Amino acid sequence: MNAEILIKNGHVIDPANGVNKKADVLIKGERIAEIAGKIAVPKDKCTVIDAAGKLVTPGLIDIHVHFREPGDEEEETIASGSAAAVAAGFTSVVCMPNTKPPIENETDVEFIHRKGRRARKSYVYAMGSITKGREGVELAEMGFMADAGAVGFTDDGNGVQDAAVMLRALKYASMFNVVVAQHCQDDRIAGNGVMNAGYHSTILGLPGLDALAEEAMLWRDIQLVKKIKHGVRYHVQHISTAGSVELVKAAKKESLPVTCEVTPHHLLLTEEMCGQYDTNYKVNPPLRTKKDIDSLKAAIADGLVDALVTDHAPHLQSEKELEFLTAPFGIASLDCVLGLYVKALIEPKILDWPGLIRLMTEKPAKVIGVDKGTLGIGKAADVTIIDPKAEYVIDTGKFKSKSKNCPYDGWRVSGRAVTTIVGGEIRFQI
Amino acid sequence: MAISKKARPFEWARKHLLGLRELSRDELLYVLDTAAGFEEVSKREVKKTPALRGKLIVNLFFEDSTRTRNSFTLAASRLSADVINFTSKESSVSKGESLLDTARNLEALGVDIVIIRHNAGGAPTFLSRNINACVVNAGDGYCEHPTQGLLDAYTIRKHKGGLKGLKIAIVGDIAHSRVARSDMWAMTKLGAEVIFVGPPTLMPAEVGKLPVTVSYSLDDCIEKIDVINMLRIQFERQSGNPFPSVREYSHYFGLTVDRMKRAKPDIMVMHPGPINRGLEMESEVADGKNSVILEQVSNGVAVRMAALFLVNQAAAQKATEK
Repeated sequence: MNAEILIKNGHVIDPANGVNKKADVLIKGERIAEIAGKIAVPKDKCTVIDAAGKLVTPGLIDIHVHFREPGDEEEETIASGSAAAVAAGFTSVVCMPNTKPPIENETDVEFIHRKGRRARKSYVYAMGSITKGREGVELAEMGFMADAGAVGFTDDGNGVQDAAVMLRALKYASMFNVVVAQHCQDDRIAGNGVMNAGYHSTILGLPGLDALAEEAMLWRDIQLVKKIKHGVRYHVQHISTAGSVELVKAAKKESLPVTCEVTPHHLLLTEEMCGQYDTNYKVNPPLRTKKDIDSLKAAIADGLVDALVTDHAPHLQSEKELEFLTAPFGIASLDCVLGLYVKALIEPKILDWPGLIRLMTEKPAKVIGVDKGTLGIGKAADVTIIDPKAEYVIDTGKFKSKSKNCPYDGWRVSGRAVTTIVGGEIRFQI
Repeated sequence: MAISKKARPFEWARKHLLGLRELSRDELLYVLDTAAGFEEVSKREVKKTPALRGKLIVNLFFEDSTRTRNSFTLAASRLSADVINFTSKESSVSKGESLLDTARNLEALGVDIVIIRHNAGGAPTFLSRNINACVVNAGDGYCEHPTQGLLDAYTIRKHKGGLKGLKIAIVGDIAHSRVARSDMWAMTKLGAEVIFVGPPTLMPAEVGKLPVTVSYSLDDCIEKIDVINMLRIQFERQSGNPFPSVREYSHYFGLTVDRMKRAKPDIMVMHPGPINRGLEMESEVADGKNSVILEQVSNGVAVRMAALFLVNQAAAQKATEK
């Protein structure tokens, strides 16, 4: 480990502390030691990084990834996933618990942490499942998991169908002050849908997944949150419809403890793209319409969205080379997500760089309640250096992720991480 | 070659027949004209033409089907092709082989045309992207059934001279019907007005964006339509119960003798088969003078001969160009 790292001449963006200026950053050990206009190179052994023309930001945080371990290590492992993470500028990621078996007790949570530490790439956090076996019936051991360091609970992949079970989960979790995250999908409305329900599902002859499936559960959950009031924290994962935006807006207006996240595919891709039955566009929630995209972008501009995530969902090519009806849901985008968000949000001037960084650092850290996402003095030295002008063509062949199920292959994007420092250690550098 | 004298100055360039949505009006007419030429073959003493001699055709059927498979087999044999049947129950699909691997194995056997029926919408498109053989869609989920759409158009054209200006009702389980979709694309492109009739729970998502009108009342339409195509209720595809009982469905949407009394005297009664007698249609109507149901079956062979002939010709053309 380097004793000291000095990042010189960069443009520092630290939204949590209102910093947006040219400055040098000094890291001592595992902590941020100093941020100032000019810091002289210390005499001791010190690594100096010239960040001229680059952005120096808190380490990026993705609170929604699937690293498939345990159970589907052929698709992704915590080692391969976290290697992709640091190469993409992420210093912390949160693994979803829908593994085989699911993450549903303290031993499972500790397993994720241990694998993450051994990989020595990004920090790897875990969410535990809300219910045993993610079956939506009996509560999982939330307390023990929280004590073991789980940063939230979700049955992601499934929504908790039974309102009484969800009410109980929210109440119970409130005593640990840990967020409960929901994949909103009413299964009875969703049926066997595989793409957005509408004109395109009709002419393609595929079962539709109605926007109402997401909105009905979100509406229900907000009523449950209102009922509990104290201590509860509710997070809605990957919102995809204009209706969901309206529900979140109303909840936030009432100051309810509701947060939400958005994925790049729900900002960049629409249902029409399923037209050639290319299963790389099969994802859940499904790709929606231009109107939904506009509504999500407006929500981001208005500050209604708390986290930009990937929902990185790796799958083998052999699993995706199937009929659209049978192939699994999911898009792998962790390797290229920064460029995607630049395309979706910065290029059309919906956010500026500080705005984007805030939704990838400070705000998601708050959702999961970890003391990260800032460059405050004395805080953990998780730092990402970004070249905002670097242009490149996305090439799944170069992914660190084991899976290539990515519809952005061949897209030209700009903006990439060039150095990723995790806990004072350079874990990735171009 | 047995092409109709009416053949248009037109180059058929598709080596796959995946659906009618992507076909132009001219292409549709070209297939129908070609089929007219082949209908004559079935009336000969020796019911064969050597057009596809030495070609290997496989019926790749992942759903139960008797009539469509037999119709394709007959069409292929009248064109002198060799036919092998491959159904999911006999194949290794049940052992977990993917569609892609199955298709690659068939290709290794030297198959020229794959006729595929599959429960997943888009399976023929997926297949066509991944193999060199021609692909003909024999029904994919509730996406399309192009040869059925063509034979329906063919049958109507034969009786009415053309489709322009005709009012055609398609009645029943529109949501789960590939026939309704293929009929809609073919008939509207050929100038007919199509009315989808059925309860709202059997209409597909955003049906209002399709080039049809929608009616929830057969009684409102029965007097003004020239052709009525009664769909089978696809119980096997439905989840929940989209209507309360068969009795209630028949009451509102069944083609009864009483309703036929209010229809135009020359109304054409069609059905893609197999019929649930007494449910969507009373036996007297199915067997009555307005019914062309069995004629549809006969015409299906000529239309499928045309489809196989044309895709093979396009493939040969493409091979020569290379």
